[in-house]
Amino acid sequence: MIGLTHYLGVAATLFVIGIFGIFLNRKNVIVILMSIELMLLAVNINFVAFSSFLHDLVGQVFTMFVLTVAAAEAAIGLAILVCFFRNRGSIDVEDVNVMKG
Amino acid sequence: MISADISAILPELLLALYAMAALIGVVYNGKDAWTGTLTWATVTVLVGVAAWIGLSGSGAQMAFGESFNDDAFSRLAKVTVLLAAASVLAMSEDYMARSGLGRFEFPLLITFATVGMMVMVSAGDLMVLYMGLELSSLSLYVVAALRRDSLRSTEAGLKYFVLGALASGLLLYGASLTYGFTGTTLFSGILATIQGGHVSVGLLFGLVFLITGLAFKVSAVPFHMWTPDVYEGSPTPVTAFFATAPKVAAMTLIARLMFDAFGGAVSDWSQVLALLAVLSMFLGAIGGIGQRNFKRLMAYSSIAHMGFALMGLAAGTLDGVESMLIYMVIYVVMNVGTFAFILSMERDGAPVTDINALNLYAKKEPLKALALMVLLFSLAGVPPMLGFFAKYTVLLAAVDAGLVWLAVAGVIASVISAFYYLRIVYYMYFGAEGEALDGRMVPAQWLLLMGSALVMVLGVVNLFGVEGAATAAAQILVR
Repeated sequence: MIGLTHYLGVAATLFVIGIFGIFLNRKNVIVILMSIELMLLAVNINFVAFSSFLHDLVGQVFTMFVLTVAAAEAAIGLAILVCFFRNRGSIDVEDVNVMKG
Repeated sequence: MISADISAILPELLLALYAMAALIGVVYNGKDAWTGTLTWATVTVLVGVAAWIGLSGSGAQMAFGESFNDDAFSRLAKVTVLLAAASVLAMSEDYMARSGLGRFEFPLLITFATVGMMVMVSAGDLMVLYMGLELSSLSLYVVAALRRDSLRSTEAGLKYFVLGALASGLLLYGASLTYGFTGTTLFSGILATIQGGHVSVGLLFGLVFLITGLAFKVSAVPFHMWTPDVYEGSPTPVTAFFATAPKVAAMTLIARLMFDAFGGAVSDWSQVLALLAVLSMFLGAIGGIGQRNFKRLMAYSSIAHMGFALMGLAAGTLDGVESMLIYMVIYVVMNVGTFAFILSMERDGAPVTDINALNLYAKKEPLKALALMVLLFSLAGVPPMLGFFAKYTVLLAAVDAGLVWLAVAGVIASVISAFYYLRIVYYMYFGAEGEALDGRMVPAQWLLLMGSALVMVLGVVNLFGVEGAATAAAQILVR
């Protein structure tokens, strides 16, 4: 029987993969955008699982908001990335280094 | 019923409608030719809304099923945010036009960010909190990369976006855990659950993730990595905005969330905030020492200041919240004045941000140098400037709450950070001979620089009534 804890486990695993994808990735900024998306979707699994477990719709409403905002966020991220690519000629993570820090 | 809800959110609604109408109007009629007019119109609207909220608002109402607060606390934060945004727009209009950045999007994006912050500080529900935070963050990502033909600006935008998105991911994860373990997203519901029983481990995880996400927004250590780079890379007006309004909004949001939703678990979050505070104060104080770029230096300065404001919150008392609010208001005034000066720093018409450019500035421009000196003394917390009293109230609140170690650490960090403020004063008065800066300064910048310097001196008398407003606001949160 698949219970709440299984869903939470999957969500937590995906979330941690997303965080590691941001920090350990040394190749490409696109991968970072995908990791961010993965984190947000992991959160959505959490919300929907809790919502179903609690018999309460609020979690699913929250999920709809998160999905919408995630789309806007991806659009803005890609737009900034395109501008960066035009100036730098590369989207490697190692090349995002003009300023130290 | 619905009309009462609408009237509570009317300022935000009108501001958003203004921004959308202006956006469409300008896009169809000449675009960037309207930038100047649009900037001043936006300044007028922002100041008007601030006056409206500040003068006409009264009482404490809740709208949309307790998910939106209109009370003394949110009004104080909103007025501060609106006035900060208006001052930044007013002092940057000339800079933007001269450096080829006179784009009509800037004042409108600032307006959208301001609407988002106004929603944030009124939030009474995790969903409202998230939507407000994202509206302001998404606008800020774009303005950070406003100079889209510059590598530095786009890199700043990219870094801010990636770390900001990570922060909202963490915040959301915290929100989902909080929802799961309390069964509601309403702050009042969360508070009732906590007061009704023991705080479960899952809820504590949620609390820590929420604090982490918000700590990114106020650039508290260890989530400060983006701050120096974004401050340095973004165009200076954008940096000025980052250093003022979003900090107030995020800090008041933390206060709102901690007291309204987690008010029953003060001992749990006060430890976390105290840790963030002490790390921020020290990293801000030590990291700024090696900086020669004024904007980067202000980044470390703001990290240290956020540490002090968090110290007030960590106290977890009425005095703590009150001192935090006073601190944030004074911080914003100091930063507006300092950035008005940084915006006017140019040599042969090109902007300079190296602090070496200020060598012997006092000989050439005694009045402006004096004003900047007052502001820097105030930032450093030298009595009798207002910045000293800001730090003093925060330290007093921390000591009263039994956090003596935190207060002692704060004093030590404050002494260390005084070094880099006083070094600039030293350069201005006793530095070596060097290439001088241009003397040009537009009236808006001059007024804001002199005005905030005067406030730093004259405010010592009665704080211009901010103390009363802060007390009323703090009483809303701490019951």
